[in-house]
Amino acid sequence: MKIERITALFIALGILIVAVLALPIANIFLKQFAFDLTGFLSAITDQAVLKAVGLSCFSAFLAVLVTFVFGVPLAYLLARKNFRGKALIEGIIDLPMAIPHVVAGIMLLTVFGLSGLIGGPVSPFLRFEGALPGIVVAMIFVSAPFLINSAREGFQSVDPRLEKVARSLGATEWEAFRKVAFPLAFPQIFSGAIMSWARAISEFAAVIMLVGFYPMVAPGMIWSRFYSLGLYEGMRVAVILLLITLSVFVGLKYLQGRLYAEH
Amino acid sequence: MLSIRDLSKKWADFSLTNINLDVKEREYFTVLGPTGAGKTLMLELIAGFHRPDLGEIWINDKNITDLPPEQRKVGFVYQDYSLFPHLNVGENVEFGLRLKKIPKSETNKKIRHTMNLLGLTHLSKRLPKTLSGGEQQKVALARAIVLDPDVLLLDEPLSALDAQTQERLRKELKDLHERSGVTTIHVTHDHVEAILLGDRIGVLSDGKLIQVGAPDEIFRKPKWEFVAKFVGVENIFSGKSELKEGLARIDIGNALIEAVTQKEGKVKVCIRPEDILLSKRPIKSSGRNMLQGKITEISDRGTTVRLKVDVGRELVVIITKRSFLDMKLGIGSGVYAAFKASSVHVI
Repeated sequence: MKIERITALFIALGILIVAVLALPIANIFLKQFAFDLTGFLSAITDQAVLKAVGLSCFSAFLAVLVTFVFGVPLAYLLARKNFRGKALIEGIIDLPMAIPHVVAGIMLLTVFGLSGLIGGPVSPFLRFEGALPGIVVAMIFVSAPFLINSAREGFQSVDPRLEKVARSLGATEWEAFRKVAFPLAFPQIFSGAIMSWARAISEFAAVIMLVGFYPMVAPGMIWSRFYSLGLYEGMRVAVILLLITLSVFVGLKYLQGRLYAEH
Repeated sequence: MLSIRDLSKKWADFSLTNINLDVKEREYFTVLGPTGAGKTLMLELIAGFHRPDLGEIWINDKNITDLPPEQRKVGFVYQDYSLFPHLNVGENVEFGLRLKKIPKSETNKKIRHTMNLLGLTHLSKRLPKTLSGGEQQKVALARAIVLDPDVLLLDEPLSALDAQTQERLRKELKDLHERSGVTTIHVTHDHVEAILLGDRIGVLSDGKLIQVGAPDEIFRKPKWEFVAKFVGVENIFSGKSELKEGLARIDIGNALIEAVTQKEGKVKVCIRPEDILLSKRPIKSSGRNMLQGKITEISDRGTTVRLKVDVGRELVVIITKRSFLDMKLGIGSGVYAAFKASSVHVI
């Protein structure tokens, strides 16, 4: 079958961008497995590496969980209601995606640092610097927009009349949300959660600036090993993180595809 | 049964103003109006989806104005049926019953009965997206009536369907109403649908309920020019009426029309296009009005033909295709248009 000229152009442009994205990934795997397999195997059994990667995954999961609890209701309000200051709130939600993460780190430090606006007063019973809550807060700051925006789009795609009909059938406002709006928006909420988790796990600057290097997350360890021991030491941890992220990503995307198909 | 008192609601640039309406128990009431007249807003106010700015809504002598939708016992079917896409047909119909926490045996009995009533049993496991428009409409109806609502609100339920399905479902709606006896308010922009289904019709224009009456009254004796136009009266002329020997003689400019009315002075004359007889020769009939003119436009509508005849004023006439062919009419043909004085409605 003859391919039309515009389609051919789009395919060529698509191949180029995919190549730019795929080349570094393919290259790092090739270098690691073809030339340094033993180094990779030693890294994967290194308790410090596993701990850092595990902490990253767990912290990112907590960040998504917290964002889900607070962000999904907000996303619903933004999708359904018009109110004064709505544009400002939407701007605040989007801002972390637009600023350098070093700036995010500075801002977080001034609020959650030991002498920060919140971090100072609560420091006797809750510490952010050098502790898990700090990692989670930094991850929430940079990753929340992905979940909230995706959830808002999900709710916007649900016809409000479905909830009205549910109300006429005897559902309270909460039941209409729980049984109609939420399940129908769930594929997009789930998609946002995946993106949010991926963004959180990859965060380096904001976490390091607020928390420091300890407890050590995977990106911190990659930087530390690269800086002090060289490219190959850093690359081993990077490949482990890449493999985990990639497999979680592929698995969740498959699940998301099934969710969309059901709806 | 349903009583609406001085209901008003401002909604963006639109206002529903001072609606007063009484719908009787078991009545099938149709609300007729063009797009943007406020029909859906009126239904949504009854259902409790919005709070009125003014006025009250009563059902069975109970003021429900401040009740949330889930406590009103009002069923609602939207134009696009709004079936829950993530639930199958059975689950859609069961939705309201499950919320009520009715015993499973009773729920199943009610679902079976309603699905049977609407012929949906074989579709029970199907998802809404796999159903035809007509089937979806029946599921939406089943989902609403399974709860035995006091009032069923139908928002243009036939408008998204093809003509053949519309006709079939019009009959099914009427049958369903007769069997279930549920008081129904059905809004539509189609005057034929309103007349065929409604025990009474209310005409809504620009947020105001301007006329309520039996279908024949709305069809034959519209009180307003807007209503006349909306129910298919195509000949509306301004004129001056003078009473003589029990009849009115109305000068519409270049033509004089006799009508049965006691109205004098400035009036509007309404003549339905299908009430006019057309002939190539003067007609000997009981019709008091006969105007001579020439055909200026012909539109073939399949079984009927719509003609414009210049009789000094432009007169629209609808005749059967058979008559049109028999008379061998064409553009410029000279004709006589005759109609009874009693066919002339004067506003």
